[in-house]
Amino acid sequence: MTQQSILLDGLPVPFEEGQTIMDAAMAAEIFIPHLCHHPEFKPQGSCKLCTVKASGRYVSACTMPARDGMEVENNSPDLNDKRRTMLQMLFVEGNHFCPSCEKSGNCMLQALAYELEMLSPHFNQFYPNRPLDASHPQVLLDFNRCILCELCVRASRDVDGKHVFSLSGRGITKHLIVNAESGRLADTDFSLTDKAAHVCPVGVILEKRKGFAVPIGQRRYDVDPIGMQVERLAHRTTTEEEI
Amino acid sequence: MASEAFALETAAAEAGTLRRVAIDPVSRVEGHGKVTLLLDANDEVQQVRLHIVEFRGFEKFIQGRPYWEVPVMVQRLCGICPVSHHLAAAKALDHVVGAEKLPASAEKLRRLMHYGQILQSHALHFFHLSSPDLLFGFASDAGRRNIVGVAAAYPEVAKQGVLLRKFGQEVIRLTAGKRVHGTGAIPGGVNRALSPAERDGLLADIDQIVDWSRAAVHIVKRLHAADPPLYDSFGTFRSNILSLVGADGALDFYDGRLRARDADGKILVDGFAVENYQQLIHEEVKPWSYMKFPFLAALGPRDGWYKVGPLARVQNCDSIATPLAEGERREFIDHGQGRLIHAPLAYHWARMIEMLHAAETIKDLLHDDDLSGSELSCSGTRRHEGVGVIEAPRGTLIHHYRVDDDDLVTMCNLIVSTTHNNQPMNEAIRRVARRYLNGRQLSEGLLNHIEVAIRAFDPCLSCATHALGKMPLQLELQDAAGQVIARMRSAS
Repeated sequence: MTQQSILLDGLPVPFEEGQTIMDAAMAAEIFIPHLCHHPEFKPQGSCKLCTVKASGRYVSACTMPARDGMEVENNSPDLNDKRRTMLQMLFVEGNHFCPSCEKSGNCMLQALAYELEMLSPHFNQFYPNRPLDASHPQVLLDFNRCILCELCVRASRDVDGKHVFSLSGRGITKHLIVNAESGRLADTDFSLTDKAAHVCPVGVILEKRKGFAVPIGQRRYDVDPIGMQVERLAHRTTTEEEI
Repeated sequence: MASEAFALETAAAEAGTLRRVAIDPVSRVEGHGKVTLLLDANDEVQQVRLHIVEFRGFEKFIQGRPYWEVPVMVQRLCGICPVSHHLAAAKALDHVVGAEKLPASAEKLRRLMHYGQILQSHALHFFHLSSPDLLFGFASDAGRRNIVGVAAAYPEVAKQGVLLRKFGQEVIRLTAGKRVHGTGAIPGGVNRALSPAERDGLLADIDQIVDWSRAAVHIVKRLHAADPPLYDSFGTFRSNILSLVGADGALDFYDGRLRARDADGKILVDGFAVENYQQLIHEEVKPWSYMKFPFLAALGPRDGWYKVGPLARVQNCDSIATPLAEGERREFIDHGQGRLIHAPLAYHWARMIEMLHAAETIKDLLHDDDLSGSELSCSGTRRHEGVGVIEAPRGTLIHHYRVDDDDLVTMCNLIVSTTHNNQPMNEAIRRVARRYLNGRQLSEGLLNHIEVAIRAFDPCLSCATHALGKMPLQLELQDAAGQVIARMRSAS
């Protein structure tokens, strides 16, 4: 049987049955921007950063099964322009102040903004009022930075079996909540050892009292931009993720 | 205290009878400020005020944030001496994490960062911001009165100024990760040491830096010697002085206890523990300024205001630990002939002595193996409150935080260097206005005299405004004749 492959930006990229476009691209060390995708969890295609054009249609690369001979457009001015716009919307929906954020240098949202050359937020800031939850003795929740990727929801539900996090509300009011009557993390059985504690791609779930311990120059995206770290992204696990 | 203090703060004449002249913005300073003058029909100055027109509010929005974020966030107050805020906050939070005594490596790396900060900021201020006035004349051609003009007329001086600053910035980069707004200090220590290669890189240039710093002191001395009446009297007023002094009485920018002297040099307070600063210093709010007016509580607002910064520090300490700067300090003290020097223009002289001390100290530190040590932080019994005080380039900088059981900041109080110098700067420009502007047709050159007096203090105006929640705000609607026809007032 001959090897099946897709044509990704004109390059033949092999895949195996059941793999998505994202899986095939990552295996070939080709970077497709993404936020809500993580190799340890079932893809859900919600952030739309991985949007590619497959056979003329816009689809999410993380959920779209690869098909033999499929022509896929990924790294094009049109798609990167749309991704940049989506990033800008994510930035203005929350309160993302990179200059004083302890996740700076380790944040996928920031790294993608650099990668896609986002130079300004473009849209008016929403400045939502999202109080912190510092009730847990070991973990701080800063909801200001949530991008609704649901990785913590999936990790807590599917792996930890705890259902600590959920999304609540609809549309523009949708937001991350803690599943406790009080709404406080301290009133759940959440633990620093949970998968959900180590999966946040931005700066929402943070181990307390560790901020800025890693000097500038040694943070994840200080040396190589995110687009050059495909192999690590493809094989990353929550156990190696730093909060 | 001089009897003329506070004269010209508020005009006695009827509103509407005076002509208003504004210097807006004040140029070649950090931040945004303006000066307003009210003149009567004979062009006699009736009122002079320095206003800080921007509003910051860091004290408020740091509330509710985790304490470990504070040193990185508050340094955004300023782009010129962020290291000072970074370190003052880290020092305050050392107490919160129970780090009462840092490992030697951590303290020396912080000192290196801070002395690099002093070096680059002093170089920036003297060469880039003030030297055009001093080298060309206060009323010289405005088009030439800038660093580009200095580079054209005195290329070697300008080059040294630029490279001195560059070296200081490099020290900061290697200790904080970035030249501006790095992350080197964390509560309880630092997050990186200096590699041998990094040390060698700095050591290769340090002798040149010390030489240039010494040359800068000589430039200022020559300027003073060329026109002693101007340099000794321009905007001169008498006041108390305040600064940190090291444990042995020596000049120390990083740590120590508070000492205050009166205008005659007599020690008013000595060995005062910084954590009790609120007993020593109170602040007055005036309705016309976003910037508060600190004073020594024991003396009250009329007599208790004081100068901070290089002029205060160099005369407040008993000695300077590095030999070249100590020699220059002695010469400076001798210039006062047994009395405190109060001349604002002498700030530049004292500032360059401090820059020389910073260069010598950096050289000493670079030969210390502790800079490459591995013990970089510590912690102990958790506390809920911390005060950190540091001598920033412009003067004494106080950071005070309270932190709750959940690690979030509940209170922040900052008294920054320029705030201490609020009344002194107002006094200086009032003296200058009276001496140079009274009864004269105002020109750009004459108005620049006011700015020269402000620049001597090297104010950081953007750091200095924190009156949120404490400022009584009054709104007045006046008719064309100056009569108040409506008034709104917010108590706080």
